[in-house]
Amino acid sequence: MVVNTIHWFRKGLRLHDNPSLKDSIQGSDTLRCIYILDPWFAGSSNVGINRWRFLLHCLEDLDASLRKLNSRLFVIRGQPTDVFPRLFKEWQINRLSYEYDSEPFGKERDAAIQKLANEAGVEVTVRISHTLYNLDKIIELNGNQPPLTYKRFQAVINRMDAVEMPAETITSEVLKNCVTPISEDHDEKFGVPSLEELGFETEGLTTAVWPGGETEALMRLERHLERKAWVANFERPRMNANSLLASPTGLSPYLRFGCLSCRLFYFKLTDLYRKVKKNHTPPLSLYGQLLWREFFYTTATNNPCFDKMDGNPICVQIPWDRNPEALAKWAEGRTGFPWIDAIMTQLRQEGWIHHLARHGVACFLTRGDLWISWEEGMKVFEELLLDADWSVNAGSWMWLSCSSFFQQFFHCYCPVGFGRRTDPNGDYIRRYLPILRGFPAKYIYDPWNAPDEVQKAAKCIIGVHYPKPMVNHAEASRINIERMKQIYQQLSCYRGLGMDVKWWRVPDINLVGPRCETGRGSQSARVSGVFIVKPGPTLSCEFLRSDLPLLPLGLYLGLPTI
Amino acid sequence: MKRGLQGNEQEDGGGTSGGCQKTLKRSRKQRREKDLEDEEVRWECLPQEILLHVFQYLPLLDRAFASQVCRGWNEAFHMPELWRCFEFELNQPASSYLKATHPDLIKQIIKRHSDHLQYVSFKVDSSRESAEAACDILSQLVNCSLKTLGLISTARPSFMEMPKSHFISALTVVFVNSKSLSSLKIDDTPVDDPSLKVLVANNSDTLKLLKMSSCPHVSPAGILCVADQCHGLRELALNYHLLSDELLIALSSEKHVHLEHLRIDVVSENPGQQFHTIKKSSWDAMKRHSPKFNLVMYFYLYEDEFGPFFRDEIPVTHLYFGRSVSKDVLGRVGLNCPRLVELVVCANGLRPLDEELIRIAQRCTQLSAIGLGECEVSCSAFVEFVKMCGDRLTQLSIMEEVLVPDHRYGLDDIHWEVSKHLGRVWFPDMMPTW
Repeated sequence: MVVNTIHWFRKGLRLHDNPSLKDSIQGSDTLRCIYILDPWFAGSSNVGINRWRFLLHCLEDLDASLRKLNSRLFVIRGQPTDVFPRLFKEWQINRLSYEYDSEPFGKERDAAIQKLANEAGVEVTVRISHTLYNLDKIIELNGNQPPLTYKRFQAVINRMDAVEMPAETITSEVLKNCVTPISEDHDEKFGVPSLEELGFETEGLTTAVWPGGETEALMRLERHLERKAWVANFERPRMNANSLLASPTGLSPYLRFGCLSCRLFYFKLTDLYRKVKKNHTPPLSLYGQLLWREFFYTTATNNPCFDKMDGNPICVQIPWDRNPEALAKWAEGRTGFPWIDAIMTQLRQEGWIHHLARHGVACFLTRGDLWISWEEGMKVFEELLLDADWSVNAGSWMWLSCSSFFQQFFHCYCPVGFGRRTDPNGDYIRRYLPILRGFPAKYIYDPWNAPDEVQKAAKCIIGVHYPKPMVNHAEASRINIERMKQIYQQLSCYRGLGMDVKWWRVPDINLVGPRCETGRGSQSARVSGVFIVKPGPTLSCEFLRSDLPLLPLGLYLGLPTI
Repeated sequence: MKRGLQGNEQEDGGGTSGGCQKTLKRSRKQRREKDLEDEEVRWECLPQEILLHVFQYLPLLDRAFASQVCRGWNEAFHMPELWRCFEFELNQPASSYLKATHPDLIKQIIKRHSDHLQYVSFKVDSSRESAEAACDILSQLVNCSLKTLGLISTARPSFMEMPKSHFISALTVVFVNSKSLSSLKIDDTPVDDPSLKVLVANNSDTLKLLKMSSCPHVSPAGILCVADQCHGLRELALNYHLLSDELLIALSSEKHVHLEHLRIDVVSENPGQQFHTIKKSSWDAMKRHSPKFNLVMYFYLYEDEFGPFFRDEIPVTHLYFGRSVSKDVLGRVGLNCPRLVELVVCANGLRPLDEELIRIAQRCTQLSAIGLGECEVSCSAFVEFVKMCGDRLTQLSIMEEVLVPDHRYGLDDIHWEVSKHLGRVWFPDMMPTW
């Protein structure tokens, strides 16, 4: 019997460490690697031009690598549920492979395709290679719940079996006798489209700061490791002005699209560490970037509401303000705070910003200054940020807005001070906001405080050439810290009728707090833990008994800080 | 429960009437046969007191569903005991994602339960309409004898955006009619001196808790009036501009109960603002009169505005620096705050706070909670600090970036050292890196 195989690329856009592809090649006569492009994607979906360009680079790179193996990439327009039945018939497919997608939407889509495959008698090969571990195992090991604190997560990881080795790269030896039938009009029918063909305006588009593709990813990996070896220091580098700029060894977008295998990265880091530090066991902090990614994937995998506040069991219900005007100013870099605006400008132009810059703008939008919902910020990042995938993006936004994960929030990033401490000279600001170039370092972070002569000399009058600050930061942050406290204080006591609910520690429960009695029931959060209700003396509704500057939530919830 | 809810769509008032009687009308034979079954399902015959007790455990929405089961349950739903506490949520779709308390429910409460209400709060979003709606409801609470009233802004302070007179008249309705207010929370509102006088005139015997931070229309004289007359006041929260030596003396007078909790917000309106000083003798008087009181201070100042503060000993117990605070000020804190229990520093700068932290460990012997963000402390100094404090540090919240590795400790081993001295496992606070 002739075995015709389709390998379906979604993420995992690489030929190294691609176990589902490798396994399905075994015994196949023909192989076609496809990528399905949803035609509605470009227009309505929330994906900006940089993300599209990166993806197209990845696809072109895949196509080029496959060409070297006498194969090609088949780019197919349509929706998977329409495309597959057609292809199964046309190409007489009996085998389908793809990399496991742990995200809830992905699982749903794949379940539908599995069903279609079963109906058509197509064997499906799925392998895990987008994450270091099998996420379901992590959840199982944690009492069938995803760990909700990073510390907890690290503890569970320590008990997992070793990470599986990366699979062998697909080469002509691996392919052996497996061929790809390529038609004369392959480019027309299945070629990688250009940005123009997708409907983008490319005039004036600058060269990509982050070129996509597996080749680029592997080159960067080598450079990244070289730099680490040279420094012989695996500590997190201190933040300085240079860190803000795109680095030629940056890897996050490549991990997100799967151009770089996280497992390959993991093992290369381990090897390097052992070599430099003479066989010491690497600490978990070495894999920081990878583990954070893994953490968010794990918390998200069984939660289809993970990217929302409403109906999300791990998200605190915070009464965010609805303010489309303010949101637009933030998204478009018109807040009047140069630090914020420069970051948002870099994000829009290049598609990447340093993680501390992300903290700064996220704090500003949500709990720091504007009190706008993290969901809005998440959507903007989804559009502009190259490495923002669903789980990591939503999870990080919840974290940074103090909506989950028991995050400490006493500390609020100052949109003036933080930037000033990081880059005292203000070069970063001048680079992305050329209108402010003329300001001296003393005033570049708060140009509205500059005397008129300075503004005139800089040829930039605040309020005319550059906006005035959209909020009074001191006032806004003071109010918002108070609001946050109110919310968290409500979580720690059930203000029912004469009831005194005490929370007893039950190790690692999916909870944030009890439901509070309100006129409507704007729940603080849903309970899924054990609690003991003690009827207290009737009617003791006093406000903010413990009106203390809020430190770790442990202070109120009696929860372990690990 | 399920049986009752099926096919019963009425808004108000019971479903099947005379449920009890229906059961009794069944034939003897059927009753004998279903005796056991019947015993278990005579929900409709539960005594009111038990019903009340059960209803108290239900959230409002579930209770409302239950009230539609039958007349008896409906009556229980409206018993006064279930309407002592209520939180009105007033949100507009244009300014909030959360829903508001249903207007019909509000009408019902005012109609049937306004004299039962004792513990009431209003949560309003950032729109003026919500604040005005809250005041409209307040104005109608004429028959209430409120013990607790809270006006809470969940986003921007919308009470400040409505006409002041409307607010004051609504608030005065409550002050005058309740006569037994014990807890009052009116932060971020346009309350003024005359309305405070009305409050005092009617509630001076009962007032125990008053939170009024950020009320710009109140003057030091206005709050002094409250302190002079309300001798039962145990908890007070206000802004620094209202604090005076006279106020502290009044709170320490013999007639006054022990103060338990004083919260002061020190907020700068404009850079370079000047702040008045409070005499050490006033703080001493407070300490003598209320030796155990908590003094909570929130500072939102620019670095150069700290001049008048921490020059003398001050009995502060909880200190929060919301903006950047200099090494120098933190040094003074170590010298002058012997009662310090909790310290939070949001930002300092790039020079290590080693000396200042050690001094705080030495002299603030009650310190049990500390939070540091955007500062720098060398790992060795930090370990020294923790060693000196020992296990009295129940809350140690340090952002990872604060700790600077040195020749003795790196980031990977510092948490073991610290855990050792704390007597429990400890890690710094982390933020996602991606």
